[in-house]
Amino acid sequence: MTDGAAAAVSAGRSDSLTRINLRRFARDRISFVAALAVVLFVVVALAAPWLAPHDPYDTDLLRRLQPPGWMEGGDWSYVLGCDTLGRDILSRIIYGARISMSIGVVVVLLACVAGTLLGLAAGYFGGAVDVIISRLVDVLLAFPYLIFAIGLMGMMGPGLQNIVLALVYKEWTISCRVVRGETLAAREHDYVRAARAVGASSRHIMWREILPNILSPVIVVATTRMATIIILEASLSFLGLGLQPPLASWGSMVADGRAHLLEAWWVSTFPGVAIFGLVLAVNVAAQGLRDAFDPRLVR
Amino acid sequence: MRLAFIVERLLQLIPVLIGVSLVVFLMTLLTPGDPVEIMLGDQRATKEQAESLRRDMGLDLPPAERYARFVANALTGEFGRSFFHRRPVADVVAERLPATIELTIVAMAIALAVAIPLGVVAAVRRGSLVDKAATVVSLVGVSMPAFWLGIVLILIFAVQLGWMPVSGRIDYAYELPRITGMYLVDSLLHARLDAFANALHHILLPAATLGLAMAALLMRVTRASMIEVLEQDYIVFAEAKGLGRARVLLRHALKNALIPTVTVAALETGYLLGGNTIVETVFGWPGLARVIVEAIYARDFPVVQAGVLVIAVIYVGVNLAADILYSWLNPRVRQ
Repeated sequence: MTDGAAAAVSAGRSDSLTRINLRRFARDRISFVAALAVVLFVVVALAAPWLAPHDPYDTDLLRRLQPPGWMEGGDWSYVLGCDTLGRDILSRIIYGARISMSIGVVVVLLACVAGTLLGLAAGYFGGAVDVIISRLVDVLLAFPYLIFAIGLMGMMGPGLQNIVLALVYKEWTISCRVVRGETLAAREHDYVRAARAVGASSRHIMWREILPNILSPVIVVATTRMATIIILEASLSFLGLGLQPPLASWGSMVADGRAHLLEAWWVSTFPGVAIFGLVLAVNVAAQGLRDAFDPRLVR
Repeated sequence: MRLAFIVERLLQLIPVLIGVSLVVFLMTLLTPGDPVEIMLGDQRATKEQAESLRRDMGLDLPPAERYARFVANALTGEFGRSFFHRRPVADVVAERLPATIELTIVAMAIALAVAIPLGVVAAVRRGSLVDKAATVVSLVGVSMPAFWLGIVLILIFAVQLGWMPVSGRIDYAYELPRITGMYLVDSLLHARLDAFANALHHILLPAATLGLAMAALLMRVTRASMIEVLEQDYIVFAEAKGLGRARVLLRHALKNALIPTVTVAALETGYLLGGNTIVETVFGWPGLARVIVEAIYARDFPVVQAGVLVIAVIYVGVNLAADILYSWLNPRVRQ
């Protein structure tokens, strides 16, 4: 299967660096399986309305804390049981995938765009621009991530938009530092000097020359960060500072079940398994991507 | 020369600390609507009460003046009054901070105790079953959300097996007069080993929960740097000289391999400080991080502000210590 995929990747026959890297990635069986698992989560999230057996918001107090299908008192049409309001846990997990993944993607995308722009500017122009941007990064790095996000959420109030903002305000520093470092190095390369010698504008050099060459470390870092952001969102929602009910967020589902751990362990456990599974898959795939794209590891 | 290096680092901190105070101050401006109204919430307050609260908090002043007052007050440890706790914010912070520091230190100790031996073994036996198992464990470790791990550990070790307490810092019978506020230290200062054992029993589960992801990270760092060191000429030479394997590993290799581990551990202390909010919530641990979260529920903004500021300053301090430690361990960076 992995060989087939590798062959498919190499079918183009053109051996660009990205192709070689992707082929190396596909050959790493574990990472490939992890990447498939991530794709599966994406499909589940996209197809939630068709996959979910029940309405995730449909409360039914007669089914309050109903056990999973295989346990006594369970009902197979509610496979993973029901929560404190009698809502189907499986359906809520399926819908929760949408929230977890969309917040992860949106935060990382916004942060990457902002961080890349600022990092390029800081690395390319240097001087006062660099000092201002780097100082700002230093200041934001002085806050532990979760404390910073919690402080902001506490002041701004809960809600989807505020979570995204609270995380982006700090997350951009990560890609900014990577891009700044890469830009500083690229500036000394011959191709940039050549472009400057023939009179290319700064904008042209940054966008057309440097950016395409430093994109792959940014992409690799972005995939790893996705896992962190998913855990952070779940943590905020667990603390009750993230999404508001009745929205199904995996973090708040775990929090809901905490009061009933003894009589209904399934309420907290299954959403936790979902977070763990997604984050693990993202981490393993990201590690494979990093190994495949990091030329220092090529022996 | 070393002194000059430390002084330089201290001076570099000044703009960072100013920036930190500015960010914490700006956070309050983000509150949608009138903070006084939000803080008073459902309590039926008269207009006069609202106005006096506004004056107490300095909210009637222009932002620049408010910031100047905030900094001046913060420097003297004066953060105003907490509405929820009904006493000075500084007292609340001072009371709860030791619990957070104690939990963080023990979590770090657990992380290092797990990470270093595992990392070394994984590096020495690269590609072996132990190495592969360690890699899997570390991936699982960084992927497990702390709040869920804490719940699972409580279910297994406290509820099912009954080996560990579900929450709290110490049993009532062992509570001692406060000296540092860190129970492990206080019990030793009072020479009460029974209380020490009891406090240790309470801290193990939360500290393990907090430390697991850190252990996973540090194990990877130790493994990578150990592999690098083992390929160095001086190690090959030491082995060629006929020194025993254990001696080469422990005396020659480990000392240098641990430089990155110690540095990353210090730099990532922020992860533990942030994780405290989760672990203290799950385990009912009465620390500062928990106070911040509770203050948000209670709309007790001065406490949130002070708590975030204090934790950020601690983190900056730890990073400074890491910097100095790194230059001391690795003289090459001190030109």
